[in-house]
Amino acid sequence: MSADLIAKRLTCERDDRLLFSNLDFVLRAGDVVQVVGPNGAGKTTLLRIIAGLYQNFDGQLLWGADDVANQRDSFNHELLFLGHKSAINPLLTVQENLNFLCAMHEDHTRQAQTDALEQVGLRGYEDIYCQNLSAGQLRRVALARLYLSNAKLWVLDEIFTAIDLAGVAQLEQLLENKAKAGVAVIFTTHHKPSLDGLRHLNLEDFRV
Amino acid sequence: MSSPAVSLRTSFGALISRELQCALRKRQDLANPLVFFVLVVVLFPLGVSPEPSFLETASSGVVWVAALLSTMLSLDRLFRDDYEHGTLEQLVISPQPLYLIVLVKIALHWCLTGLPLLLLSPVLAVMMHLPAEHIPVLMLTLLLGTPTLSLIGGIGAALTVSLRSGGVLVSLIILPLTIPVLIFGTGTILASIDGIPVAGYLATMGAFLMLAITLSPFACAAALKMSVSS
Repeated sequence: MSADLIAKRLTCERDDRLLFSNLDFVLRAGDVVQVVGPNGAGKTTLLRIIAGLYQNFDGQLLWGADDVANQRDSFNHELLFLGHKSAINPLLTVQENLNFLCAMHEDHTRQAQTDALEQVGLRGYEDIYCQNLSAGQLRRVALARLYLSNAKLWVLDEIFTAIDLAGVAQLEQLLENKAKAGVAVIFTTHHKPSLDGLRHLNLEDFRV
Repeated sequence: MSSPAVSLRTSFGALISRELQCALRKRQDLANPLVFFVLVVVLFPLGVSPEPSFLETASSGVVWVAALLSTMLSLDRLFRDDYEHGTLEQLVISPQPLYLIVLVKIALHWCLTGLPLLLLSPVLAVMMHLPAEHIPVLMLTLLLGTPTLSLIGGIGAALTVSLRSGGVLVSLIILPLTIPVLIFGTGTILASIDGIPVAGYLATMGAFLMLAITLSPFACAAALKMSVSS
């Protein structure tokens, strides 16, 4: 059974500024939603609220029938969150970083990880220290997790940042395929992605 | 189809090997508290008095204060790198219990900073003219005391990880909590020098450690959630 993410009357205020109020949306399995709004509109904050990394809000966030807060453990099992910061340690190699990030969430074989690195164009970089990689390559290490993940809810912040055009096209393809396989995706970007069935959630509409 | 749950063993195996790799690739951070510890103890007789009878009574206090300060010094970095790279938020939303993650991180941190300090202490004790029969007692107090300090200090580190200059604040929050450990640590050695049985002292220090092991990871986990959410 697939669960839906339902937000009810989400209101968030930050530094005495109202980011959004009474925000309602439903994210079903197979949905791809882009959160849009200008800089500082609260896109990242909304994604962090969904991921459970920001508690300072009013309203309700449901996963299936129950509040997310009541089922944090099982929710975290189904969640893949990719933040602004890539969670890559520069002292570790590409392989070590990927292995660690995966191991904290899911079990994957070494072969599956190597395949994922191949997908993001980092095959042959396994033993390179991440401090020697470019910004785009660092981002790609984090993105390799997307090819491994079995999570049902993907929350991706600034997903296309630092990625080249071919990489963006490949990612769009991946998101489309995953959505067809029943993954719910919510993400932010300042690009204009060309995705089938893409929905927009404009935070400007919930300003008052 | 639900995603397969990752076993505790896989997760924590990966966590432990990652922590060790990071630490070994930043050896300077490992050496710093140790050098500090040695320097304080070495400089003390030069600055105050090299008189053996004076050093014998002062030795327990000097070694313990140096150990306490050097532990505090090293704890500032416990969560900071993870916070800056964004690994911390991944740990917070990982399906594994944050309590255990924090406990493992602090335990490894102690193995890499507290344990070398403990192993070095007999040399310094000899230098401070602590009679040889009391050296095992000193080591026992450090064995029970330094992990307690690491666990208490972890709370401070977790609370201040999101602040740019948390160092001073950590000392202010944490030092009062470490004073009982310091008092019992030095008290045990002084009692031993006076010929009083030390089993009761050591049991109290053991109780401190147990209390810290059970409570501190909860406090750390809550503090980390708060720090990540700011």
